[in-house]
Amino acid sequence: MGFTKLSIDSIFSKNSFVQKNEYDFTIALAGNPNVGKSTVFNALTGMHQHTGNWPGKTVSNATGFCKYKDKDFLLVDIPGTYSLMSNSEEEEIARDYICFGNPTLTVVVVDATCLERNLNLVYQIFEITKNVIVCVNLLDEAEKKGIKINLNKLSNELGVPVVGTIASKPKTLRKLLDTIYNVCTGSIIPEPRTVVYSSVIEKCLNTLKKNLNYSRLFVKMDLFKIVR
Amino acid sequence: MKILTLDKLPLNITAKIYSLNCDEILRRRLLDLGLIDGTKITPIFNSPFRNPIAYKIRSSTIALRKEDVKDITCIIGD
Repeated sequence: MGFTKLSIDSIFSKNSFVQKNEYDFTIALAGNPNVGKSTVFNALTGMHQHTGNWPGKTVSNATGFCKYKDKDFLLVDIPGTYSLMSNSEEEEIARDYICFGNPTLTVVVVDATCLERNLNLVYQIFEITKNVIVCVNLLDEAEKKGIKINLNKLSNELGVPVVGTIASKPKTLRKLLDTIYNVCTGSIIPEPRTVVYSSVIEKCLNTLKKNLNYSRLFVKMDLFKIVR
Repeated sequence: MKILTLDKLPLNITAKIYSLNCDEILRRRLLDLGLIDGTKITPIFNSPFRNPIAYKIRSSTIALRKEDVKDITCIIGD
């Protein structure tokens, strides 16, 4: 497979979203660069997408199938991004998919060793979609560094299911699959806690939102441009 | 309290970010990485010629070019 820039180049254009037909749900795998999205993807789909220990390796959306219980899932591995307000081509691909690809569920893979930086993207995605699962990956690396993560507390704080994984050990992904299944079938309903901005910004947001059929985040992005 | 540009901050001294005066694209990226007002930042490694320099920011290590950190100011002490 190996979806590196060299191997695919123009074959996969930016908007090559797979058509909905032979599967029940679409799952997007989003996250910061180099947190192990492709490893999670490979472990779940049994594919051999190129993985490597450096950021910026995945530059296009890769898709794979995964069957769990009685449902078929289409998994989409998207390039790593620090934020939805993108600067580079890969980040644009990632943003376009998260915002306009309409996945049933977005799994945000985060790095347990630097959780704080990763949560920025999590909160941005909360403003786009409600169906989010946070997958705290690299728990083994974190343990080596003496970092312990209280997954339950994180889940309460964020309002969405949080699953801890070590993607290189596929056994640990079972709980993730279970959670994906439960959210897709509606037995768990995530209630993400979106950021509340200062009253001035909130007021502007609401006014703009009434006039434009936009999601909050895009209104905010435009607002930034106006304010600056 | 002392305000200085980030490239002048000595190794292993923690300062707080005061302002980012970089161009828009870099500023956006730095904000995404968590460099916002008041964020603690510590230079932890030098490279030859002190460019780039590795900084500890919110428990992750990020290397920044000297040209870029010249536009960032930080505060030492209260």
